[in-house]
Amino acid sequence: MFIIKNRKIFYTFSALLIIISIVSLFVWKLELGIDFKGGSVVEIRYVDARPEVSVIKQNISDLAQTISLGNYVLQPVGDSDFSLKSRLVSDIERQQIENAFSNNGTIKTELKKVNSIGPLIGKEAAQKAIVSIILVILCIVLFITFAFRHVSKPVQSWKYGLMAIIALAHDVIIPTGVFSILGHFKGYEVDTLFVTALLVILGFSIHDTIVVYDRIRENLKNSISQNDKKDFETIVGESVSQTFVRSINTSMTTILALVVLYFLGPEATQHFSLALIIGVAIGTYSSIFIASALLVTIEKWQKQA
Amino acid sequence: MFKRRFWAVMLVLVAGLIGYFVYSTNGPDSSKKFKLGLDLNGGIELIYQADTSGIAIADISGKMNSLKDLIEKRVNVFGVSEPIIQIEKVGMIGSDASEQLIVDLPGQTDIAGAIAQVGKTYVLEFNLLKKELENSTSTLPLTADSFESTGLTGAFLEKATLEFNSTTGEPSVALQFDSEGSDLFAKVTRDNVNRRLAIFLDGDIKSMPVIREEITGGKASISGGFMGSAGIKEAKDLVSNLNLGALPIPIELISTQSVGASLGIEAVNASVYAGFWAFIVIALFLILWYRLPGLLAVISLSIYVAINLAIFKLIPVTLTAAGIAGFILSLGMAVDANILIFERMREELARGRELGDAVKEGFARAWLSIRDSNTSSIITAIILYAFSSTPVVKGFALVFGLGVFISMFTAITASRTLLLAIKHDNAGKVMKFLFSSGGHK
Repeated sequence: MFIIKNRKIFYTFSALLIIISIVSLFVWKLELGIDFKGGSVVEIRYVDARPEVSVIKQNISDLAQTISLGNYVLQPVGDSDFSLKSRLVSDIERQQIENAFSNNGTIKTELKKVNSIGPLIGKEAAQKAIVSIILVILCIVLFITFAFRHVSKPVQSWKYGLMAIIALAHDVIIPTGVFSILGHFKGYEVDTLFVTALLVILGFSIHDTIVVYDRIRENLKNSISQNDKKDFETIVGESVSQTFVRSINTSMTTILALVVLYFLGPEATQHFSLALIIGVAIGTYSSIFIASALLVTIEKWQKQA
Repeated sequence: MFKRRFWAVMLVLVAGLIGYFVYSTNGPDSSKKFKLGLDLNGGIELIYQADTSGIAIADISGKMNSLKDLIEKRVNVFGVSEPIIQIEKVGMIGSDASEQLIVDLPGQTDIAGAIAQVGKTYVLEFNLLKKELENSTSTLPLTADSFESTGLTGAFLEKATLEFNSTTGEPSVALQFDSEGSDLFAKVTRDNVNRRLAIFLDGDIKSMPVIREEITGGKASISGGFMGSAGIKEAKDLVSNLNLGALPIPIELISTQSVGASLGIEAVNASVYAGFWAFIVIALFLILWYRLPGLLAVISLSIYVAINLAIFKLIPVTLTAAGIAGFILSLGMAVDANILIFERMREELARGRELGDAVKEGFARAWLSIRDSNTSSIITAIILYAFSSTPVVKGFALVFGLGVFISMFTAITASRTLLLAIKHDNAGKVMKFLFSSGGHK
């Protein structure tokens, strides 16, 4: 089987992606959204024509002086909207900001969205995000160890779990790295929805990996009952090629749905669907090219040891 | 054969009825319309942190509940339709644990008004001036540190009434404690005769009378601060506010979210539009690749959609943009069980099995994969739901989990019934063509 035979090529490719991701995470870090670090976002819609951007910029910068807003990000959104992201503002300050946008009420505006999150909530959200990612990975490994408990030769069931984790780590690190790059160049933020996307990617990737492992389990059983003395590498290779079309097709339908969501869906879930598209693609890749190939590698190590 | 076809027809009929139920209950007055979250409906969400530091751990949950009841009353005065007020425990361990109160006001846009109405902190406290400061009150500025707590707070208040002094006409606010509060008040006054007892409202000293003797019966009064006609109004407001509830626990606003109605409508439209096209694209893909079984999968996917939407209405599930995204995602994943089955069927056909046998075998063999892989998705959904810090993520997890569960059900019932209902005996060339799939001969 091509994939299993040439696994080193795919290992190298994945290692490269992971290194790039980790370097980017160290150098550029992640652009954290206000749900993690606290702060406020105020979005305004101009009911009639939007005034000159320079006018708004001046108004906001004047206000920022008086209420010492510190660092803030002011951006036009679409044709008629504006958003201001800043430190946590009080409700009175929020009204002052609205006033600045509406030029003291002379231009008609509508409050589109306000989102103020205290640092406490942010800290808690970040904690919960980490705990849930670890828990999901842990539970999935336990589940795989359990589901494959009757498989012990030539590779024990917990090793299936372990290899699945490596594939999972791969699937989490790469999209995070991509978002770190996007964060640096395009200001994409990482928020609780992004973490949700990561968790879904975990679920999806493991879903794929289990289907392949399941096939390996079945083929191992058949091989033993038929006593055809096939080696492990051949069995894994056959299993991967048998499940290949299914993996690609399932990912295709999921990615199709997500691409539609990305282009046609609401603004609120656009980055979310982008994270999922990247993750589902990477997750499918790792299930086919990495998770099963790793089983063969570990079996070879066992033989040598 | 007849029996199988009968069930297939029944299945499609029932699904049609479910679909009709979903469709027909969308009217504006229907009690079963979709429940939309704040981000789709527009509205305000306020999250408060409760300061439980001064409260015995055993009392916290009781006090939080009475806090919730009080806020509910305040919000009802505001006239919001279907407000949702929840208590949420945050932090998992020991000292980090704290309580939050989440107030959702659908359809509201007046943030300042909402904050004023909900968050007015009428914290009423009765604190004793520290002994060592008793003789120097006139010279020292008094701070919160100058007092010691008696444990008597607004939580023990039964009602407040407006009274007027019969000679001066000056208004005062009479307080009546409940029985527990009366006992406490009696004890405090008995033990501290000649000391000064300050009545704090929201951290401000309202009055600071000297305790002359034990006061039984639980009556106290706030007077001396209400001058002129403005004073009367202030006293009146105070009475109504105290009656509406002096908060049993001080709260602090830590998060405000507001979504304008127009943004909500845009998000709903975009979500529906995306959902529709996602379905069409998936359906096209399935039919082009898997031909006849693909078409059956599309029917089974439609049944999945109908059941899912009906369940959203019946539970009811509060839909958010993220929730709908979860649903659209689950459309893609729901197809997976069908694909697993079809690929297995195709293999069995390639091994030279009869069509009917291939269908049955395909199901039997694909089931293990379907079960194991979906279990892991359900685990993910449960953990997401349990550990999510925001309603957005909770909504997503619920929809996603339900979707995985229902998709498993429709794959093994609907897809199976439909596939078995097709005439497999003596399958001719046409049938074999229809059952094979793209990319394979």
